[in-house]
Amino acid sequence: MIEIQNVRKSFGPLEVLKGIDLTVQRGEVLTVIGGSGSGKSTLLTCINGLEPIHSGKILVDGTEVHAKSTNLNKLRQKIGIVFQQWNAFPHLTVLENVTLSPRKVLGMGKAEAEVIAEKQLKHVGLGDKLSTYPSRLSGGQQQRMAIARALAMSPDYMLFDEVTSALDPQLVGEVLETLKMLAEEGMTMICVTHEMTFARDVSDRVAYFHQGIMAEIGAPDQLFGDPQHPETRRFLASVR
Amino acid sequence: MFDTALSSSDLLFLAKGAGMTIIVTVISVTIGTVLGILFGVIRVQLGAVLSAPLTFFLDIFRSVPLLIQLVLANAFMGMVLRLQLSGFTVACMVLSLYTAAYCSEIVRGSIDAVPSTTRRAARSLGMSWAQDMRYIVMPLATRVALPSWIGLALGVMKDSALVYVVQVTELLKSTQILITRLQEPLFLLMICGAFYFLISFPLARFGGYLEKRWSND
Amino acid sequence: MFEYTFQWNQALARLPKILEGAVVTMEVALLSMLLGIAFAILLTLLRLSGSRPLHAIATTWIEIARNTPALFQIYMAHFGIASFGIHLSPFASLLIGITFNNAGYLAENFRGALKAIPDTQTRAGRSLGMSQLQAFRYIIVPQMLRISFLPMTNQMVWAVLMTSLGVTVGMNSDLYGVTQDLNALTFRTFELFAIAGVIFYVITKAITLSARLVATRLFRY
Repeated sequence: MIEIQNVRKSFGPLEVLKGIDLTVQRGEVLTVIGGSGSGKSTLLTCINGLEPIHSGKILVDGTEVHAKSTNLNKLRQKIGIVFQQWNAFPHLTVLENVTLSPRKVLGMGKAEAEVIAEKQLKHVGLGDKLSTYPSRLSGGQQQRMAIARALAMSPDYMLFDEVTSALDPQLVGEVLETLKMLAEEGMTMICVTHEMTFARDVSDRVAYFHQGIMAEIGAPDQLFGDPQHPETRRFLASVR
Repeated sequence: MFDTALSSSDLLFLAKGAGMTIIVTVISVTIGTVLGILFGVIRVQLGAVLSAPLTFFLDIFRSVPLLIQLVLANAFMGMVLRLQLSGFTVACMVLSLYTAAYCSEIVRGSIDAVPSTTRRAARSLGMSWAQDMRYIVMPLATRVALPSWIGLALGVMKDSALVYVVQVTELLKSTQILITRLQEPLFLLMICGAFYFLISFPLARFGGYLEKRWSND
Repeated sequence: MFEYTFQWNQALARLPKILEGAVVTMEVALLSMLLGIAFAILLTLLRLSGSRPLHAIATTWIEIARNTPALFQIYMAHFGIASFGIHLSPFASLLIGITFNNAGYLAENFRGALKAIPDTQTRAGRSLGMSQLQAFRYIIVPQMLRISFLPMTNQMVWAVLMTSLGVTVGMNSDLYGVTQDLNALTFRTFELFAIAGVIFYVITKAITLSARLVATRLFRY
């Protein structure tokens, strides 16, 4: 369970999260929508401790992420994150990209890590690209590799930060299919996205963020069908 | 401060050495740069194949220790050709060619860095080769070349410490002579090092600044 | 044509001895390079440490290495250190001097290479549970070494050429030192140093060519 309690965060004078309260249950798929600058991506990087917060608490399975005593490296093994920019490691093959962390962080042997990596890469449809270097892959393929790389750490939670935003339109579909598959398999996911159809079809709940505040949260049918907050209505009207 | 036996005449001796370092450097860098530009342009104009002999000749100066270049030139001039040249002359000759070898690389690289489309545009406007060189290539290539050239000039100043081998008493040699006499190696070396550093450091910084400024636009 | 008669045979007869010197030269250069890379990475880490004194130490090292003659640095390693009562062998002084120089220049190259690697690479590593040091070691350093490969090759050539300076602190087992000693015996200055020059040339070309071969094998991405 991920519990976010009254979280505030600023970049300099700019407050990007103004007291967020949110709980995500195991097995739940939550999508977060909202305009740029709404703080939705920042929230994700706070959840796995890549960014500090200024007040409030984030608890992952009861462990406080930003407590001094928390071993973040350990905690992050539970929480996979995939970014808008896939950040492939250019000097490693696809297989090596995926095995690196299991080997160095989890201390797995090479053979064992490769079995897991191959399984995950096949899962995302890259079973035939194991010894290819990322520079030879399309953006969509690199993004799927990044997903497999995160999954190879067997995380309990997956965070997706606008993973299709940097892709050419014709490549968006393959990545969304991968996310959908994960959701169906029961992975706990928080997806920040601009893909409204995806949000509607896949999520258990959808949250709308506006200027650092969670303006509204609800089941997809309710949020898309009968939005309560005027900002949500305005936003949905603008993206349709 | 320091309890030293260094006298004012010793300081004068060091200053003379420093002067020699600067004179050798200025002469060699000046001649070397002129030659280097000439060789660089020739290499670009002739292309890799035709300029291969020139490239090979210049490459020797970058692949053999300067100390050996100086010894060989000195032996060749003195023993083989039986010319009565001073060590100073030999030092300047070798360092000039040494500079020219590196400089021609810089020149070639920076001419190549001018996009061929830009040059074609210039020629298509009716400019001659010389006009293209003068008004398009030179201003653009200079920007690329100048930071590296500053680095080269400073490199030659530092490498001029080796001309002691042909009996030229420059700064480091003067320092060594005083070390032998006064037995205060650390103090003397620090004076000597400070001299090089105080010339090299600001100029190197300036070169870095130019490089940064010009690569941004 | 010349009044001087070249006596190559006399010089060539000493070739085995000269080649022994070449081996020593290679050893010193290689050792100074390996140590230089290690120290350069250390200096890079010190610069990134965020600690002012450590940053200052690294910067001082780098700037002295880059802004004073290599020969000065070797003198420092020999006569400078000796004034503290520590008398190093010519080999040790030469090795320390060249290593100091290599590390300074390489650290500066590494800094440039680091700038070319996006921060998001470290971030990606951290998000996979790696520590800062693991991310640096497994993600940043390999990419840094690739970008710096050509400058590193050049530095290796420099290291070989710099070994010739050992003679100034009494080194006589390296290529230059051996040649100098033979010269004192035979006075065939031109012939002997020409042979030494050719060997230096061959060594530097061998380094450049093999580096090119290694690069194509090593960096397939």
